[in-house]
Amino acid sequence: MSDITETGTTEPEADFSVAEIAHHPRRTDVDPRAAKRAERQVTTLFVAAALLAVLALVAYVVIPVDAGVNLPLAGPVGALNLALGLSFGLAILCVGLGAIHWARKLMPGTEVVAMRHEMRSSAEQRAEAVAAFERGLADSGFAQRPMIRRTLLGALVLVPLPLVIMLRDLYVAPEGAPSPVEQLSETIWGSGVRIVSDVAERPLRLGDIPVGGLVAAIPENLHEVEEEEGNLNARAKAAIILVRMAPSEIVSQQGEGWGVEGVLAFSKICTHVGCPIALYEQRTHHLLCPCHQSTFDLADSGNVVFGPAARRMPQLPITVDEEGFLVAASDFQEPVGPSFWERG
Amino acid sequence: MSAVIKTGGKGAGWLDDRLGNASFLRRQINKVFPDHWSFMLGEIALYSFIVILLTGVYLTLWFNPSMTEVVYDGSYAPLKGVKMSESFASALHISFDVRGGLLIRQIHHMAALFFVAAIALHLLRVFFTGAFRKPREMNWVIGVVLFLLAIAAGFSGYSLPDDLLSGTGLRITQGIIQASPVIGTWMSFLLFDGEFPGTAFLPRLYSVHILLVPGLILALVTAHLLMVWYQKHTQFPGPGRTNENVVGYPFMPIYIAKAGGFFFVVFGILVALSGLVQINPIWAYGPYMPDQVTAGSQPDWYVGFLDGALRLMPNWEFSFWGITLSINVIFPAMILAPVLLILLAVYPWLERLATRDNSEHHLLDRPRNAPVRTAIGAATVAFYIVLMIGGGNDILAYNFDLSINTMIRVLQVSLFVVPVIVFIVTKRIALSLQRRDRDLLLHGRETGRILRLPSGEFLEIHEPVDEETKAKILSKPEVAPLALPEATDEHGVANPQARAERLRAKWSGFFYKDDVPVPTAEELAEAQHHIEHELTDAVDAGSQAAAEISGQQPQ
Repeated sequence: MSDITETGTTEPEADFSVAEIAHHPRRTDVDPRAAKRAERQVTTLFVAAALLAVLALVAYVVIPVDAGVNLPLAGPVGALNLALGLSFGLAILCVGLGAIHWARKLMPGTEVVAMRHEMRSSAEQRAEAVAAFERGLADSGFAQRPMIRRTLLGALVLVPLPLVIMLRDLYVAPEGAPSPVEQLSETIWGSGVRIVSDVAERPLRLGDIPVGGLVAAIPENLHEVEEEEGNLNARAKAAIILVRMAPSEIVSQQGEGWGVEGVLAFSKICTHVGCPIALYEQRTHHLLCPCHQSTFDLADSGNVVFGPAARRMPQLPITVDEEGFLVAASDFQEPVGPSFWERG
Repeated sequence: MSAVIKTGGKGAGWLDDRLGNASFLRRQINKVFPDHWSFMLGEIALYSFIVILLTGVYLTLWFNPSMTEVVYDGSYAPLKGVKMSESFASALHISFDVRGGLLIRQIHHMAALFFVAAIALHLLRVFFTGAFRKPREMNWVIGVVLFLLAIAAGFSGYSLPDDLLSGTGLRITQGIIQASPVIGTWMSFLLFDGEFPGTAFLPRLYSVHILLVPGLILALVTAHLLMVWYQKHTQFPGPGRTNENVVGYPFMPIYIAKAGGFFFVVFGILVALSGLVQINPIWAYGPYMPDQVTAGSQPDWYVGFLDGALRLMPNWEFSFWGITLSINVIFPAMILAPVLLILLAVYPWLERLATRDNSEHHLLDRPRNAPVRTAIGAATVAFYIVLMIGGGNDILAYNFDLSINTMIRVLQVSLFVVPVIVFIVTKRIALSLQRRDRDLLLHGRETGRILRLPSGEFLEIHEPVDEETKAKILSKPEVAPLALPEATDEHGVANPQARAERLRAKWSGFFYKDDVPVPTAEELAEAQHHIEHELTDAVDAGSQAAAEISGQQPQ
């Protein structure tokens, strides 16, 4: 076998005559009946693949998309998904198994040897390449004409900048919008905003919150704001939880008189990286974040007692309006949610 | 059949007239690939990727990555009338109203899990066998980048449907970005077009997921494969296998049939599994609301270690000069993973520092023959696993009735202690295996047959090891730690490099000082003689077994 290619380089390749690699003859090599059997097996697999593919087509047409089937152990599953997945999957699998079986049983089973060539080019070739490069470099005048070189480099530094700067308008502040830092520091809570439960959206009275209980709540005007803004941004900051404990159990609060008769309102958004929190252990007054297990003691100003969060859970000052409904006394006095650089 | 071949031949002739590719083609047809099960791990990754591309195109035909709020009116009854994003609604549409849509979605997600898992295992295989050594360092780096891109592809994908689980993942990501030093607030505002969640992010993530990341993966996979092809595959040591040759089966027909067949096997398993097993049931989680979360929120497995790092990190945050520095978020989420990846990427050069080895390596190391490398790998895996357990600590604490606080404390300590223990134990095991190999060559395999000689002496019959085992054991490369440098040369002039060289020698000693040498040729010959002598004694004493082993007849 010739090792010389047209370009004159020697490319070592497989030498099918080398016998130094031990080869144990397979049954299909020595027994024609075994070979015939293997041939039948491969054929069977390919035929099965074709039949299963047809079965998949039939399943697609025949089984309604909403049909269900009850499987032992697995329970109710979609019939079409099951039928399509099994028939189509096994069809593909049979093609693969057939091809591999064919290769393993019937194609030549002897390993062959090819020589490697060192990756490195010969010293001569390297020298030639270097010479060619140097000639190219010299011809370009890149080294001899520093003015061209420097202006080119300068241009290449500046020319891509518009591409970068044009990313700036990924955020376009709406007319009159406060700065990002101000946005992060404010929520739609304010003095007199009613607190409503988050599902039924019912205004809440003191009596709606049992001692030891936890109620998730939102500001009454949240829907208006969401309609107007067309997003859920307000909700991501304004969600709160109300808890009630015996006033004697309250160790401290973030502000004097921020709670009403043992009812305290805290932000629902974790100060670690922003997961909403609702796992509350009433006996210890601990609030646990389901994402990273930061734990806050709501009886003690919402301080961190465990976990990766560093800041206490912001408390919302609340009071009761003249109709007896719970309302916010003001907005949060510190930014809610994850930290940010300018937070201070 | 002959007609087909004739037409094919004509086509090939037409091409060769225009491209002159006949000799190129011949060389590729005769290309030899070595065989080993572990070489299939990379193949699984490649084939999963192809399946991901195929099914991904299907999904784009129906999926609508919009965060505009709609009221669901599809055929999944429990969510009828619920407000949700168009993104979630279209994912439900694919799952419940498009025939075969659920299957395609499940294959896509399943293949993504396979993809990252296969890359991780492939990476471990390459690491533990030293396949990253010269001349393959570049391909190692490409592989590390591909690993990162695969995680990015997976994460950007499972964040798209806007279900409660994926939204929670995005919220965490946004919290991390927002907590970044100096530019965090602005980065977050730019990416999300304002505050979280906004309406811009998912469409933006979509173009990253279906264009940018897969484009990069495709380009790098192509480079990865071309390099494997051009540099030829590495092989394990064995009889007739040297650093200068490659022993295996020719590309055509064996590898076309085997690798092509294996593609169908991987594809088929993914499809069948997606028919049988439910994955990511977004309808059960419901649409994302920024004030809702489910207990036990878990990311896909490959993000678990990062989530674990976030959980195990102490709550260090500092406020000064009007700024806030959230080490508790920045370190685990933005420093740890890049540092690990960079260390991984430069590892070939770190090891090269200890060897000064400039030769090419095409013969793979058996992991035991590189005890410190193997131990470093095992320790890294242990570190990763501790983080991953951390990522699932709530699930584990719940299921095994453990205190979550105790568990986190234990994991925090384990993160530093376990890798050290694993390092020491792995290194010892590797060295013991080396000793066992040496014993095997010098004393043969113990057959367990005890013979009493007429003299009353007891003798265990030892069988010489077969050629294959012998070749494997003898393939162990000779390594010696680099010598300490001379502080001064022969003229008494101080060596300016002495300090750096001393460090390097120490580094080298750390890698190679505990090596167990393979027997020398004389030792081997003597051992061979001894084993034969013993066998002869045994044959003479009438041992049938010894006669079978040695092929001798009793005298």
